[in-house]
Amino acid sequence: MMGHIPLSWFLMLSAVLFTLGVAGFIFRRNIITMFMSIELILNGVNLSFITFAYQRHQVAGQLMVFFVMVVAAAEAAVGLAIILTVFKNRGTLNIDDLNSMKD
Amino acid sequence: MDLILFLAFALIAVVAAINVVVQRHPISSAISLVGVMGSLAVLYLLLGAEFIAAAQVIVYAGAIMVLFVFVIMLLNAGGEARAGRSFVASLLGVPALVALLALLAFFTARLFPSDAEVHFGGFKGGTPEAIGRALFTTYLLPFEITSILVLIAIVGAVVLARKELE
Repeated sequence: MMGHIPLSWFLMLSAVLFTLGVAGFIFRRNIITMFMSIELILNGVNLSFITFAYQRHQVAGQLMVFFVMVVAAAEAAVGLAIILTVFKNRGTLNIDDLNSMKD
Repeated sequence: MDLILFLAFALIAVVAAINVVVQRHPISSAISLVGVMGSLAVLYLLLGAEFIAAAQVIVYAGAIMVLFVFVIMLLNAGGEARAGRSFVASLLGVPALVALLALLAFFTARLFPSDAEVHFGGFKGGTPEAIGRALFTTYLLPFEITSILVLIAIVGAVVLARKELE
């Protein structure tokens, strides 16, 4: 059967998504965009988990992704509530302005 | 056919991921992130993870991104100011990221030679039945612990949001 995909291509895509997420986290100053970059990193890692689950023919890798999703949902709920509170108290979303612990 | 699907959706995922990083307005980044998650769901289906693909669309693209869009709307977040990137990040960021990607690609190429291949239907263990069976037998304790974690997250979010409302 033609059209088989090398396994390493999935891992390459996972690495690219991970690196782009790290790039967003480093270069962006908007706290919401940084948060979305973290979700991008998690998605890149999830793809490699699923790829390994395929390679090893085991369902454990997919369960790991399931747990990552649960933790990401909890993290998003709490993190966005924190962002709301920070914006209410400080009136900004730029993390360069949130430096009162430095002073 | 598998290869065409993979290439198409991998391209969409990468382009949308780049868009997440370069867009100045948070709402554009959020919509691009939905694109990344949707195309990743297709790739999960290719790898035989049916349940995870459905959960990806429902939980990630549905619930989490709706939460993000709600917060962006609520805060009326505008575009980001151009200046204000730290000196160290602008100087070392791009070389460090290229080095990171090269390292990941190198180890991927070394550890996984190209004789391993993926085709649709090669692994049928990702059905809801298989996931549920493993979840409620072998991985019962982690599953119960995540339920406590979600409970804590609910309480934490309510406490923080109530402070916001008053």
